[in-house]
Amino acid sequence: MSDTTAGSLPSDISARSDIHDPYRIGRSAGGRGEGHGRDATGRGEGGPASRFVTVTYGFWIFLLSDIIMFSAFFAAYAVLSGSTDGGPTGRSLFELDRVAIQTGLLLTSSFTCGLGSITLHRRNMAWTLIWLLVTGVLGAGFLLLELQEFSGMITQGAGPTRSAFLSSFFALVGCHGLHVTMGLLWLGTMMAQLWVKGFRADLIRRLHCFNLFWHALDIVWIAIFSLVYLLGASV
Amino acid sequence: MSDIHRHQHNGADLDDAAPGEERVNEREPAGGLQGYLIGYGLAILLTIASFAAAQSDLIYGPAVISALVVLAIAQMGVHLVFFLHLTTGPDNTNNVIALTFGVFIVVLVVLGSIWIIMNLNHNMMPMHGLQPPAG
Repeated sequence: MSDTTAGSLPSDISARSDIHDPYRIGRSAGGRGEGHGRDATGRGEGGPASRFVTVTYGFWIFLLSDIIMFSAFFAAYAVLSGSTDGGPTGRSLFELDRVAIQTGLLLTSSFTCGLGSITLHRRNMAWTLIWLLVTGVLGAGFLLLELQEFSGMITQGAGPTRSAFLSSFFALVGCHGLHVTMGLLWLGTMMAQLWVKGFRADLIRRLHCFNLFWHALDIVWIAIFSLVYLLGASV
Repeated sequence: MSDIHRHQHNGADLDDAAPGEERVNEREPAGGLQGYLIGYGLAILLTIASFAAAQSDLIYGPAVISALVVLAIAQMGVHLVFFLHLTTGPDNTNNVIALTFGVFIVVLVVLGSIWIIMNLNHNMMPMHGLQPPAG
């Protein structure tokens, strides 16, 4: 269909109309999208999505794999939670006051991380750095309480070698703690890079991936505080 | 060319939404600062409900686990909607499909393990009395 006749033909919707069919397959109909194939005419052609979308989607897939790994630790804990070998049980070990504070810290840090995401979206450097700093401080507080709990348990003879229950407990909760530690290192790096290099496209992608990571850690913590601590202390 | 740019916003790609992208619902109740505040409030309420369910006698003992699972799933949903901006919109389809598959595997791993090991424990029961004395 040549351009000279397009104006008179109602079938040439994609080129002439503002109507955007979000359910169409592929990215190219009408030559939209950021990919290399703006001139592509068929469905399913037209190149990849924008870099921001593909990078973040890839990280989303990683997060889901990470959560599947956590599910294996959860399964091990669920199976072994009764195997205390005559040693201490969750009911005698878990201190729910500390867990409540930890939950509050991590939830609030997830919230401030989201506020940082809004200010990042608005390209406000000062507030982005402030919210990231608050997020990091809250995350560090969470980690300190967890280390305090772990060292307290180990000194009263309830270390990971005591029973299968405690092995799986330390593996699951420690794995989450390791993730938070890595997140804090990542957060510090991102703050420094953002401070020095400004809102560069690659840094925005990385920081967005960090935000996803931090929210995902809080989602894993929901499962831990509900099904490990609260359930373990009430059964 | 103008047709191309009409469908892009500050270089953003409107055909697909990145997971957690602020743009997706910033003009909706679940988006922007308001969305984060609602999500934070709901998450706090659900957390308090979880702690209350576990620590008080409001709920029949053996049912506490069901209450905790339901409250945990609800809070995860709050996080996904208000913090990670997942929507049912067509630009979010890929993200939701990937999440669904992840949840499917998680359920398979966790429930499958519990089921199999419970069966094993049941069938291995006589072993308990046959263990040699420790030492």
